[in-house]
Amino acid sequence: MRRHAGLAALALLLLVGCARPTRDDLYVLMPGADGKTGALTVESAGRRAVLDQPYAAARVKEPGQVTAGTVTEQEARQAFGAALAAQPDRPLSFILYFLEARDELTPESRQILDRVVDELSRRPAPEIVVIGHTDRVGPVPYNDTLSIRRAERVRDELIKVGIAAERIRVEGRGEREPLVATPDEVPEPRNRRVEINIR
Amino acid sequence: MARSRVVLSAAMVTAAALAVPLHAPPHAQEAGHVKVARGTVQIERAGQKTPAAVGAAVQAGDVVSTGPDGSVGITFLDNSLLSAGPNSVLAVDRFAFDSTTHQGSFESSLRTGTLAVVSGKLAKQSPEAMKVKTPAAVLGVRGTEFLVRTGDPKKD
Repeated sequence: MRRHAGLAALALLLLVGCARPTRDDLYVLMPGADGKTGALTVESAGRRAVLDQPYAAARVKEPGQVTAGTVTEQEARQAFGAALAAQPDRPLSFILYFLEARDELTPESRQILDRVVDELSRRPAPEIVVIGHTDRVGPVPYNDTLSIRRAERVRDELIKVGIAAERIRVEGRGEREPLVATPDEVPEPRNRRVEINIR
Repeated sequence: MARSRVVLSAAMVTAAALAVPLHAPPHAQEAGHVKVARGTVQIERAGQKTPAAVGAAVQAGDVVSTGPDGSVGITFLDNSLLSAGPNSVLAVDRFAFDSTTHQGSFESSLRTGTLAVVSGKLAKQSPEAMKVKTPAAVLGVRGTEFLVRTGDPKKD
């Protein structure tokens, strides 16, 4: 008896549930900051929509009911205003170049360093990853050491202008990740570099 | 007698101290950092809720929530950006990222609220690597920027 009452209550709940939507889910694909738009698949209880155009949208009112459509930019900004306003600054990457076989920056790269410092000063809780690279002149172990020394040199410059040391991570990749592929022992200035990634 | 009790309790204290790491979450790993925190923002870790300030670390397993006046922005180690609006609950279910190969996986769940996502190096390396779930749907991320709203409309 009791069980029947329970079932009846459940049936009633389900009916009420069907009468008005249980959800108001909205999924929107945005144009990328670089001008390219990616793609998003929305899958709900076996139903699927693929969003691949700017402002393409999918609504899910019930699990398994996926309605594809579009929203305007204004509608997207209105529905997601606070979430969009809380987006962290975009991560940035800078490349500094070195003189051959030395841990001395080229004059142009010294200027980029100033821009990095400027950008860092505007970011809350900045994190910095400094990665050193070499060209293929010299043995691999020598280049591993040189790449770390170059990265450390950049770290020291950052510390000198007031960036806290604990915010900076240093890595060396030696000659393993050239920007420009070359045979061994070929000097290539574009590979003698340090990447500074900030976020 | 009293002395042996002291020795015994000392031994127990030592045992308890040694046991502590066992209680730490098995895969506690840094996944990202809070860069924006407005109004009420909390991070729940191992059942403990603490207010989240700018600079706070976010780990796999954490649940980040915002109050009616709150919003939060998190930058993850692979450069993914997730930001949530008011009355949101976001769980970081899984995060693993190899900074050399850019391989790993990132799964998160928006239980309720609004979320803006910019995918990072994981999604770029492999389209299977990043998933965002809601109670009603699973999102496959082929890059790069998208918005998610989920929840019970009767509550709003």
